[in-house]
Amino acid sequence: MADDIRYLTPIQIETKKEKYCWFKKAGIKYVDYKDGDFLLRFVNEQGKLLPRRITGTSVKYQRKVSQAVKRARHLALMPYVTDMLK
Amino acid sequence: MMWSLYLCAPFLKRYNNMSNRYETVFILTPVLSEDQTKEAVKKYTDYLKKQGASVTHQENWGLKKLAYPIQKKSTGFYHLIEFEAAAEVISPLETELIRDERIMRFLTVRMDKHHVAFAEGRRNKSKKTANA
Repeated sequence: MADDIRYLTPIQIETKKEKYCWFKKAGIKYVDYKDGDFLLRFVNEQGKLLPRRITGTSVKYQRKVSQAVKRARHLALMPYVTDMLK
Repeated sequence: MMWSLYLCAPFLKRYNNMSNRYETVFILTPVLSEDQTKEAVKKYTDYLKKQGASVTHQENWGLKKLAYPIQKKSTGFYHLIEFEAAAEVISPLETELIRDERIMRFLTVRMDKHHVAFAEGRRNKSKKTANA
């Protein structure tokens, strides 16, 4: 019986972790551009905006995040270009 | 005729209540003394009041490190002014800010309802912590 293989330990099947919109979950309606440290989580090591595909932010809030990051950059609260930001 | 009035209605409504909430953040050069920074801030609050705007809130963040150098300076005094004004006040205010050599960078933003709610919430929070 070939298909009668039994494992001693159950096979580990990778389950994808469900992504969610951070703002929707927390009920935040406004993304503050004055808080550079907070915006750091939507940005990669070089200070570039992370795509929605990775952060899981909804379209509505991604637009607000990008606006906020750009404002923060203008006010020198966040860098335009760097390395080793985190 | 009726149609045209109907179509105009949203715009008319917008122009009737002209005053908006705005928020201006500016960075002063670090070479100024404390009195000079106070004077510079006072100049703009007075200017706004003269233009018929009401200053609702003011904040001084102090000397902060910049994320990148501006005009070869790596620090600056951050200041925030929140005010209610007509839209016509903004562009003369911005020309004033541009002409001022003490100001390295500024940003004026119109606050939407969520922004106003957020700002007021934050202020109340800081008040509570200050009292406790």
